[in-house]
Amino acid sequence: MKNITKLGAVSALSLIIGASAAFAENIKIAFIDPLSGPFASTGTNGLHQFEFAADYMVNQNGGVLGGTNFEVVGFDNKTSPKESLIQLQVAIDQGIRYVVQGNGSSVALALTGAIEKHNSRNPDSRVLFLNYAAVDPALTNEECNFWHFRFDANADMKMDALTDVMAADESIKNVYVIGQDYSFGKAVADAAVSMLGAKRPDITIVGNELHPIGKVRDFTPYARKIIASEADAVITGNWGADMLGLGKSIIENGFTGPIYTYYAAGSGITAAFGETGKGVIRLISEGIVNPPPTPEASAFYEAFKAKYPDGNIDQTRISNTIGMLAQAIEAAGTGDDVVKVAQALEGMEYQSIWGSKVLMRAEDHQAIQNINILAHTDEGVTFPFDGSTFGVVSEATIEMASADTPTTCEMERP
Amino acid sequence: MDLVLVNLIDGLVFGLLLFMLSSGLTLIFSMMGVLNFAHASFYMLGAYFGYQISVALGFWMALLIAPVIIGVLGAGVERYGLRRVHQYGHVPELIFTFGLALLIEELVQFIWGRNQMPYSVPEVLNFTAFSISGNFIPAYKIFMIFISIGIFLGLLYILTKTRVGMIIQAALSYPRTVEALGHNVPLIFMGVFGVGTALAGVAGVIAGPVLGTFPGMAFVLGAIVFVTIVIGGLGSLWGALVASLLIGWMTTFAKAYTIRFEDILNFIGVSTPENMDDNLFRDFWSLTSPQIADILPYILMVAILIFRPAGLFGKRTK
Repeated sequence: MKNITKLGAVSALSLIIGASAAFAENIKIAFIDPLSGPFASTGTNGLHQFEFAADYMVNQNGGVLGGTNFEVVGFDNKTSPKESLIQLQVAIDQGIRYVVQGNGSSVALALTGAIEKHNSRNPDSRVLFLNYAAVDPALTNEECNFWHFRFDANADMKMDALTDVMAADESIKNVYVIGQDYSFGKAVADAAVSMLGAKRPDITIVGNELHPIGKVRDFTPYARKIIASEADAVITGNWGADMLGLGKSIIENGFTGPIYTYYAAGSGITAAFGETGKGVIRLISEGIVNPPPTPEASAFYEAFKAKYPDGNIDQTRISNTIGMLAQAIEAAGTGDDVVKVAQALEGMEYQSIWGSKVLMRAEDHQAIQNINILAHTDEGVTFPFDGSTFGVVSEATIEMASADTPTTCEMERP
Repeated sequence: MDLVLVNLIDGLVFGLLLFMLSSGLTLIFSMMGVLNFAHASFYMLGAYFGYQISVALGFWMALLIAPVIIGVLGAGVERYGLRRVHQYGHVPELIFTFGLALLIEELVQFIWGRNQMPYSVPEVLNFTAFSISGNFIPAYKIFMIFISIGIFLGLLYILTKTRVGMIIQAALSYPRTVEALGHNVPLIFMGVFGVGTALAGVAGVIAGPVLGTFPGMAFVLGAIVFVTIVIGGLGSLWGALVASLLIGWMTTFAKAYTIRFEDILNFIGVSTPENMDDNLFRDFWSLTSPQIADILPYILMVAILIFRPAGLFGKRTK
């Protein structure tokens, strides 16, 4: 009887060990972004895109290192830097080595600082920070470190590409800049003014204005001023309800020129603009969905639609992040030693399915890639957004944008 | 000069929209002494129901049906919620309506999701009525003005000229006497609450396409509605109208004309400091009126509370 108990205990124990060993084989990726609160839709959509990319690009192709799967674990940070640090600690305690985050540069700045400290104090449990959407230029300049990699173009690079396109358009004489009254809105305005001034001194900035973020009920008076200023083009970094409200008011009041935006697509905004935004709304973004750049991209999107019929792939850089991480782990031959993985990521050239080469610049860990001007339309749209007939179609491309911009990053390498 | 006229129209549209919300709230308050925190949530429900019905039956049916549904919902809330809580005093009532507001917001997110809804202006009204020196006035705005004015005149007529209005007004001041005369006062309360929420529903149906239909819309407008009725005087219909228009025009003009604080301060004789970087009030000096336009009503409310606590048209004095 005693022996049977022993046997049972031993086999149960070995089962547990076996099971945990099987779990340990997965390479876990902590997704730290808002999954509740006002920005939950953006965060949840991002998590779906990560889970899908990991599954479709890695796990279904036999994993990395001959059979190790990727597993994306969601952590809700409620868009708060403080909460993010708590979630980061939880993730590290669970033995996770890779952190992805994107919504909010304030969160990214907090995370990158905390990770740098953690890695210098705990060489045995170092983590990598893969930033897929926080665009504050400081992250790859004065605040850069070896553990942070950015897969999106930063705000200055996007503005650089946009002003290149605007500078080539002779019909643009007057430009109106308007944005939300906080760090990102101000950064966009400053970059627009200085870069337009350098590239096209003959362009007049007829308005440069900030409005309270998330507090404006009626955008009509701002729109009236934009019409009255006889602007040919509008630049705005607005997002969410502020983007839709501003855009709708401007168009409703008879503006026909282009409105250049950073975030006027997906999350219901594309469907809400619908017919009215056609020919007016432009978007600066990396990655092209329409026309589908490669057959692989089409297959990827089809499979995503089959799994998430209501979802959009509005952040193509997410699949680049997963693809490049997989490639780096293969090259390093390990998923546990993040120093080797980081060294493999540095200077990596990656062929994205979204029609661009992505180069991870070694000196500041900033991805260099094509940046596109996309137009909101319903013509030639293979993959529409928000279940509508509208989507974004590529209009102009800047190849390997801002590849030669200097960086102030002075990185300490382990 | 032309722009002044345009801004007057824009301010009127927003002011009248605000009035549709605040009239219901102020009616409910004067009748039952309940500050209904969930009032803006009924406005949001109006927009979402309006969108859903307009997808199936068109905008005009939505404008007819949605407010009725909202009104019935509101009456139900009064009959089965507020009336039960009422016996425990005002604080439980406040907490009840506050909880209701949170509940409605979560419900809306649960059913429709967190995204913006593609609720747009009906085809028939999607044209430019006229334009003043290059500024288009959409026909939909004119439509909004007429609807709101129609509702105001209707309310005024019912309250002052009809038998129902007389009983309501009597029940306002002497509920016990009215009850003793054989009128069903709880029924009147329920009716007023239903009509008040239905008005918020109308506002939601017609404002949804213009101001956006999303889960945060009640929050964005909720606070300003309370400010409006405090400025106008709690319980006064005329006060609600005047305060709504005042706020509409004030915010519109503050946004439309960029007035810099530096100029105001220089005008009253304060000179600009030489070295702005070290100045303690640097942010204050660089302020412009569009930056603070949506905060101005709150400043006005503070001023009113100091100098005329009963509000512009308020009769309640302590």
